[in-house]
Amino acid sequence: MQFTFTDEQEEFRLIVRRFMDDKSPSTEVRKLMDSEAGYDPAVWQQLSEELGLPGIHIPEAYGGQGFGFVELCIVLEEMGRALLCAPYFSATALAATSIIHAGTEEQKLSLLPDIATGKTLATLAFNESSDNWSPDDTALTATATDNGFLLNGEKSYVVDGHIADLLIVVARTPGSTGSDGLSLFTLPGNGDGIDRRLLKSLDPTRKLAQIEFKQAPATLLGELNTGAETLPHILDLAAIALASEMVGGAQKMLSSAIDYAQLRMQFGRLIGSFQAIKHKCADMLLDVELAKSSAYYAAAAATDNTDDLPAVASLSKAYASDTYMKSAAECLQIHGGIGFTWENDTHLYFKRAKSSEVFLGDPNYHRDQLVLRWENQA
Amino acid sequence: MSEATLEPSEQAIREEVRAWVEANWNPDASLLAWRNKLIDSGWGCAAWPKEWHGRGLTISLGDAVDDELRKAGAVSVAKTGVRMLAAATILEHGDDMHKGTFLRRLLTGEDTWCQLFSEPGSGSDLAGLTTRADFDGDNWILNGQKVWTTSAHHAQYGMVLTRTNWDVPKHQGMSYFLIDMEQPGVEVRPLRQMNGHASFNEIFFTDAKIAPEFMLNKEGNGWKVAMTTLAHERRLADGIRSWGRGEKGQGRIYEELQTEVASVMEPYKWYPQRAGRVDLLIERAKATGKYDDPTVRQAIAKVLMMAKAAEWTGRRVKAANALGRPPGPEGSLGKLAGSQVARLAAQAHTLIAGNDALLTGEDGALGGIISEILVSTPAESIAGGTDEIQRNIISERGLGLPKEPRTDVDRPFREVPRNTVS
Repeated sequence: MQFTFTDEQEEFRLIVRRFMDDKSPSTEVRKLMDSEAGYDPAVWQQLSEELGLPGIHIPEAYGGQGFGFVELCIVLEEMGRALLCAPYFSATALAATSIIHAGTEEQKLSLLPDIATGKTLATLAFNESSDNWSPDDTALTATATDNGFLLNGEKSYVVDGHIADLLIVVARTPGSTGSDGLSLFTLPGNGDGIDRRLLKSLDPTRKLAQIEFKQAPATLLGELNTGAETLPHILDLAAIALASEMVGGAQKMLSSAIDYAQLRMQFGRLIGSFQAIKHKCADMLLDVELAKSSAYYAAAAATDNTDDLPAVASLSKAYASDTYMKSAAECLQIHGGIGFTWENDTHLYFKRAKSSEVFLGDPNYHRDQLVLRWENQA
Repeated sequence: MSEATLEPSEQAIREEVRAWVEANWNPDASLLAWRNKLIDSGWGCAAWPKEWHGRGLTISLGDAVDDELRKAGAVSVAKTGVRMLAAATILEHGDDMHKGTFLRRLLTGEDTWCQLFSEPGSGSDLAGLTTRADFDGDNWILNGQKVWTTSAHHAQYGMVLTRTNWDVPKHQGMSYFLIDMEQPGVEVRPLRQMNGHASFNEIFFTDAKIAPEFMLNKEGNGWKVAMTTLAHERRLADGIRSWGRGEKGQGRIYEELQTEVASVMEPYKWYPQRAGRVDLLIERAKATGKYDDPTVRQAIAKVLMMAKAAEWTGRRVKAANALGRPPGPEGSLGKLAGSQVARLAAQAHTLIAGNDALLTGEDGALGGIISEILVSTPAESIAGGTDEIQRNIISERGLGLPKEPRTDVDRPFREVPRNTVS
């Protein structure tokens, strides 16, 4: 198990960080969050061509960079820190991971290279309107016909679903229930029988769509009715990826709070010299570092595919969710009134923290999973 | 490591230790005889200087030597307990007389030591201490009170930090002595804690005497010497946890060792409960049926999250150290994390115990272990530096936030407001 990053990984992190600092200052974030697409195609092209980021954990045999999950998590942490607006989590963390773990060899060869180069924007649509992030509640059906499968139903909270070229959809075989009869399907985002609507998201840097499927022709990804085997692992990896993104944002909130505490004077002294503020900052550091350790451990567990992966995936998601939300709230509090203004950047992170807290299952859900899964691995 | 290095290789050292142990180890020897032999060989404290019972090896090679002794089942010198704080301090600040007088008997286990720093009137603010030492022309005469002193009731010697000058700022007016505890001016009373144990003592000095040659370093340099002692306290805490492990077997020497271990460990027997007994949570939840209650699972998860994340943070720090990377602020978080884990664990254990949390001793849950957790965890956020002091250290040294303005360091100690208790 890897407990620290290698020199190469640290160097890679610096390269990604410099890119994000350069391409994703808050002026850009503010511009893009107001746009419908939600990203800058020129920056997407650069991060694809110059850094190869969309294919970071895609094996070289499928046109990717062939790095591990740890490198993917480094990228996400840096993107989270810079609040990059780009369809990266959807395409690489969700869609590519789904294809790698569920697709047939032929499908990997045909689908992954274009995701790796950033040419295809893809996403995973699995949640519907329920509060439950387990795929067991899936209602959307895939009916086998002589001309292939037809999807009927609705997906919601689909990240970048309004712009994705390729949709990967969780559907069930009609008549099945629970974790039985679940399968993954692919279909083009602009295909027949698909109606997409961009939702108004609380966090404008994360675009969410509702997608309606009416007799939409789709292709089976991998084997029929094997979702119970593939989906939990895919969602665990997604949770770890999101935890990594969150700890980047949480670190940014801590740094921002410290910077302000060392700048703002009240009562004739820097507010950072008051214990009321410095103790808050010490607690933030404790949470941020422990959340990082959890995310790093989980990323290493994902790379090694260890037995404790399901438990630590939930642990890292819950820890990062609590920490990001708390860090954003405390950063805002340390800023005082200015922190509540639109002009101050704290709210951008606060909203990302809130959307990340809920997305892929809230901390209570993952805490419960942690305990239940702890037993299974023991 | 290159082969050309002057330092002997770890492999060679390990082989040498193995050969020596094979030729000399005798489980039927007396503990004292064996330890003297080990001390004479230099393997007992291999990282100590050659002229003082060691071989001048690096810390990591010294650890390799200890590892070989352990593997061979050979008993080590009396390496744990407060005595090792005394040893480290004497090695750094003592003269040849101090080293010659104290080090060997400390390593054989014949002498027990205690640390006399904290006082009723100065806890977090150690430099505010008021135990006074006045020179009467022949001896330093001690008056005052110390508290939270482990092992004092059977200690032969103590390291005592005193005030010798009241007319300079607080940090400059202290001196550090080695004191003979077995004298009429020293009274030791056990201090009963809220959990019923008495792991510590209160010490009252009434005209206790110290000959001038038992001052360490110089008059007025006591704070500097005390910093050496405190710097070793963290390592001591690690040592206590491994104390007595792996040294079990048949023979006279093991029997004598068991007695020693029992005596050293006596004050610490409730420490696992103080830390919250995270290991018991799931097992207890299942045994009581509370595992089926989602609110209980939430409480357990909160403990597990923090405990595991703190453990992994420790591993991160260790891994970075091993690569020679500069330490980051994450290295100072373990203590604060530990007290939060303990507090959360006590909450979870309360939920799991239900009405049994009303009872203690043999009537309590798990034969009293659970109630001992509930009334021991408050110590975790106080002992060894309160959470509040930890947060000051973390925010000032780790995050670079400014210190709070102080009103006690820029004037003679005599003029600093202080507690009336002393």
